[in-house]
Amino acid sequence: MEFFLVQLLNGLAYGLLLFMLSSGLTLIFSMMGVLNFAHASFYMLGAYFAYQCSKWLGFWPALVVAPLLVAGIGALVERFGLRTVHKFGHVAELLLTFGLAYVIEEIVHLVWGRAAVDYQIPEALNFTAFHILTSSYPAYRVFMMAISIAMLIGLYLGLTRTRVGLVIQASLTHPEMVEALGHNVPRVFMLVFAAGAALAGLAGVIGGNAFVTEPGMAAAVGSIVFVVVVFGGMGSLLGAFIASLLIGMVQTFSVGIDYSIGDLAGLFGAQIPEQFASITLARMAPMLPYLLMVMMLVMRPKGLMGTRET
Amino acid sequence: MLEVSDLHAYYGKSHVLHGVNLRVEPGEIVSLLGRNGVGRSTTIKAVMGHVHCTGSARFKSTELVGKRAYEIAHLGVGYVPEDRSIFPTLTVIQNMVLGLKGKEATGRWNMEGLFDLFPRLRERGDTPAGVLSGGEQQMLTLCRTLMGDPDLIMVDEPTEGLSPMMVENVANLLREIQKRGVAVLLVEQKLTIALAISRRVYVMGHGQIVFEGTPEQLKANADVRKEWLEV
Ligand SMILES: Nc1ncnc2c1ncn2[C@@H]1O[C@H](COP(=O)(O)OP(=O)(O)O)[C@@H](O)[C@H]1O
Ligand SMILES: [Mg+2]
Repeated sequence: MEFFLVQLLNGLAYGLLLFMLSSGLTLIFSMMGVLNFAHASFYMLGAYFAYQCSKWLGFWPALVVAPLLVAGIGALVERFGLRTVHKFGHVAELLLTFGLAYVIEEIVHLVWGRAAVDYQIPEALNFTAFHILTSSYPAYRVFMMAISIAMLIGLYLGLTRTRVGLVIQASLTHPEMVEALGHNVPRVFMLVFAAGAALAGLAGVIGGNAFVTEPGMAAAVGSIVFVVVVFGGMGSLLGAFIASLLIGMVQTFSVGIDYSIGDLAGLFGAQIPEQFASITLARMAPMLPYLLMVMMLVMRPKGLMGTRET
Repeated sequence: MLEVSDLHAYYGKSHVLHGVNLRVEPGEIVSLLGRNGVGRSTTIKAVMGHVHCTGSARFKSTELVGKRAYEIAHLGVGYVPEDRSIFPTLTVIQNMVLGLKGKEATGRWNMEGLFDLFPRLRERGDTPAGVLSGGEQQMLTLCRTLMGDPDLIMVDEPTEGLSPMMVENVANLLREIQKRGVAVLLVEQKLTIALAISRRVYVMGHGQIVFEGTPEQLKANADVRKEWLEV
C-alpha cells in the first residue's frame, strides 16, 4: 500500500513532466506538420542553462531565465531555420530538426563536457514534505507537480480564453483557412514554437536536478516523448495528456516490480528455461513504452485520440 | 477591382492553370462555371495565395501574386473554400469571432446583424460547429468570412449538397452581400443560382477561360453549354 502510494505520486510527477514536453511537441506537430526531433534538446538546454544560471544567480532566477533563453532559441530556429526550408517540404524540415538535435548535443559537449554536471535541488526545497506511513516524500517532487499543474492551467486558459489561443486551436485543424481570414499564421507558428521550446526548457529546469543533467538526457527523454505523442495520437493535446500520465505510471511502477516471467508461467503450471524465467518486469521496464506504442499503432494507427494518420 | 491576367498555377510539377484571364468589377456578382477538375477552385486558391502561381492578379491595383494569404485578406479579399473549413471543435460564436481581423466589427457586418439574417446560427451559438448540419455550416462559413468585411468575396461551390431551401438561402445571402456593395466571385458547377444572380459569367475548360458573357448569352449558346458544362 505504502509502495503503491509513493509510486503513484512519483508516476504522477513524472507523467506531468512528460506532458510538459509532449504538449509543445503535439502543438507544433499539429500546426506545422513537423515532428520536431530537437524538442528534447530544448529540454536538455533548459537543464544546462538552469545549472549555469543557478551557479551565477541562484535557482529562482534560473527558473525564469532558462525557459526564456530556450524560448528565444526556439523562435530563432523557427524564423530562420524551419521557415526557410519550409518550401522544400516536410522531409527537409524533419532533417533540419534532426541535425539540430546533434548540433545541440555537440555544443553541450563542448561547453559542459561529456560527464554529468552537478545540478542540485535548491536547499530551500530539500526537505521532506510529508510522510506516507513510514516513507518520507520529498518536497521537491511536490514542487515539480505544482509547477506542472500551474503550467497545465496556464496552457488551458491561454488556449481557451485568449484570442491568440483561439487562433492556435483553429490552426490545429485548418491553418490555411485561419490565414485566409487574415491572421498572421507564420507569426503564430513562431510563437507556438517558442512557447513549446519554453515548456520543454521549463521541464529541463525542474527535471534536470530531480533526475540527472548529462549530454545523453535529450536522447533518453526524446524517445519517450516520441512514444507519448504517437500513443496519444498526433494532433491531440488530450491524447498527449492521457498518454503522458499512462507512460509515466507504467515506467515508474514497472521498475519497482520484481514479478518475473517464471512466476507468470508458474501460475499456469508451466515450466520455462531459467534464462527466460528469471526476467523480471523491472528489467523489462525500458521496453514497455515502446511495446505499448507498437501495440497502439497496430490496433489504432491514429493513436488514442489522434485526428490524423501518423 | 480584381483583374486576373495570364495566371498559371502548379501543384508540384503538374501545370493546372494555363493562362487564366478574368476580372470582377466593384459590387458585381460574377460566376466561374465549369465541370469538375477544370481548375475553378485552383483559380481562386491562386488569387488567395494558397497555390504556387505565376502571372498577375491585381486587386484594387495591388499585385497579389507573391503575397501571403493573410496579407491578401487584409487588402479586402474574402475566401470561402469548397470544403467550408469550419473549425469543428470551436463553437459557432468562436468561429465567427475568428473571422474578425481586428478586435471588433467596424464595417458592413457584425455578429448580431448576421444572426438576424440566420436566427438558426444564433440558436446554436454555443454549439461546437462540427455538429452543425451541412447547410448550417455553409451559412456559418459565409458569415465568418463576412465578419472580416471583405470588399470581394470568393465563394467555392456553396450550394453543393444542400437542400433546395438552403440553396435559396445561399442565393438570398449572396444578393444581400451584393446589395451592401461587396463584389462576389462565385464558383459553381450547376447553372441553377449562377444564371439567376450573376451579372456576368465565365466558363472554364482545361485550365483556361473558354467563354465569357452575360447569363443571357450563355443561355442562348447551346454549343458552349454542351461542350463545357453539361455532363
Ligand atoms: N492539391 C492538389 N494536388 C495535385 N493536383 C491537384 C490538387 N488539387 C487539384 N488538383 C488537380 O488540378 C486540377 C484542377 O482542380 P480544381 O481546381 O480543384 O478543379 P475544379 O475546382 O474546377 O473542380 C484537377 O485536375 C485536379 O486533379
Ligand atoms: Mg473545385
